[in-house]
Amino acid sequence: MPPLLTRRSSRARRRQADDHRRSAPRPRRAPRPTGQPPIVEVRDATVVYPGGHVAIERLTTSIGRGEFAFVVGPTGCGKSTLIKLLIREIEPAAGTIWIAGKDINAMPHDRTPYLRRRIGTVFQDFKLLPNRTVYDNVAYALQVIGEPRSQIRRKAPEILRLVGLQAKIHSYPDELSGGEQQRVAIARAFVNHPPLLLADEPTGNLDPETSIGIMQLLYRINRTGTTVLVVTHDRDMVDKMRRRVIALEEGRLVRDEDASGYHDESTKEFAARMRAEMGVGPEGGTNGHSDFEH
Amino acid sequence: MGRIVFFCSEAFRALRRSAAPSVAAIVTIVVTTLLLGVLVPVLRASESKASEVRDQIGLEVFLYRDATKAETDALQKELNGIPHVTEARFCSPECAKKQLAGELEGDLAGSISELNSNPLPPSFDLALDDPDNLESVRAALLPPNSSGKPTPISRAIDPPIGQDRENATKIREVTGAVKIVLLVIAALLLVASLLLVANTIRLSIYARRREVEVMRLVGATNWFIRWPFMIEGVVVGLAGAAIAVGILLLGKVTIVDPLADDFALVDNLSTMGFVPLVAMLVAAAVCVSALGSGITLRRFLRV
Repeated sequence: MPPLLTRRSSRARRRQADDHRRSAPRPRRAPRPTGQPPIVEVRDATVVYPGGHVAIERLTTSIGRGEFAFVVGPTGCGKSTLIKLLIREIEPAAGTIWIAGKDINAMPHDRTPYLRRRIGTVFQDFKLLPNRTVYDNVAYALQVIGEPRSQIRRKAPEILRLVGLQAKIHSYPDELSGGEQQRVAIARAFVNHPPLLLADEPTGNLDPETSIGIMQLLYRINRTGTTVLVVTHDRDMVDKMRRRVIALEEGRLVRDEDASGYHDESTKEFAARMRAEMGVGPEGGTNGHSDFEH
Repeated sequence: MGRIVFFCSEAFRALRRSAAPSVAAIVTIVVTTLLLGVLVPVLRASESKASEVRDQIGLEVFLYRDATKAETDALQKELNGIPHVTEARFCSPECAKKQLAGELEGDLAGSISELNSNPLPPSFDLALDDPDNLESVRAALLPPNSSGKPTPISRAIDPPIGQDRENATKIREVTGAVKIVLLVIAALLLVASLLLVANTIRLSIYARRREVEVMRLVGATNWFIRWPFMIEGVVVGLAGAAIAVGILLLGKVTIVDPLADDFALVDNLSTMGFVPLVAMLVAAAVCVSALGSGITLRRFLRV
């Protein structure tokens, strides 16, 4: 990411983006599609980092509600930039991004936190608050939206049970394994039941067995109706998932194909098939961290 | 209400969890507050002393002993009309004698009363609005005549005027320099302490920038993130100021007060009261600390 850009440079970037928009001949806002809009719609998005590097170039794609999709590509192809674009951590130099039918770059900046509350995000480095327990990390996401304490006391343990961490509720992040930390991150991202969950290399730091557990968890979340978009460079894993794959290369869309036929499998079937295809030893059960950590 | 409790508990959690940076910030505030607490009264005292000395600079115009009442009255009017003269006080020979008696000490003090006649001339004491205007007033008293020679404005005046002006100039220059030096020292100290505190706060927040990043990611608004940091800043500022004021009070009771009892000098200096000083220091410490936190956060809060 562009770490801690100075205020001036961010303003300059915004100005640059404005200029770009003004000079573009096409209409600024394309007509919104009728009916239920897709959860994510990106049209002609271009991202230029300060210094002139073009991270994403005229990308157009859309992701429907309830989809489980992958974004793949080599390092530096613009995958992570896409995630940042969707949570409005960066602004496109050109193009439009709709989330659930709303042009996110047209809304005022003080509304951005409210956009982020409707999108769960999971990262390769977990991004947990190091000085809070597992419970407090999850509770923070609820405190942010002003949830009353009674609701937090009910929801936080419930979601931690779902990810199989009920036994580690009072541990601190540095007392957990990588897989467990990622489960906490997923629990925090999903505790508000957002309609969209973005995962940036969620298995990047994890071994294959743990990775399957995380994928299985994401799949279970997807089965509740949440759209899940996973960014990864693990082509091998993606091929075996048999889900929609959006491939990027040097900021351009090079492939977008949907492998149908596996959409209705249960979480259990999914895990079993993944293990078989990835050559990881079979194991019983689908719940609880003990399946994956030992 | 629940929010306020939450923000306060967040602030105290942060203080507890990052004890080392918090202690560093508190110590910095203690040191700078102490420094200011000692130097502000000292600087103010020196400044007022310098001003006092400057204000004593005036101009004495001596008159011939045979000057008539009409002449001195006319001259007084004229003197009062000269720009920069705030007061022209007439001093008769009797007044001059009394003044002299007051200035003499020891053996000489009694000698005045032994004089048979009064040898002192009458005079006018001119008070000036600013010692820097001494020369212009002197020039107004001695305008050049037709042949270019400085001549007094009244026949009653016994020239020369302002014979001791070299001394006056010296005093003027020295006190002026002292004032400027004190002002520069005060300004430097203030800037240095502000930077020191700001830097310490910056460091402690910088250590937690990842935390701020995560808070933004889960959709916390800027003020939701900022409030605990501001409250933390207020607590740190209050703690630092309280410790510093305690030390100052101790110093006042054990060192300054006994001295003031023994030496009129220490007591006489027009410095500032302890209470306004403490109020100023506490307010400054809390403001700098809280605002420092708030402003430093800005760079991590850009959306």
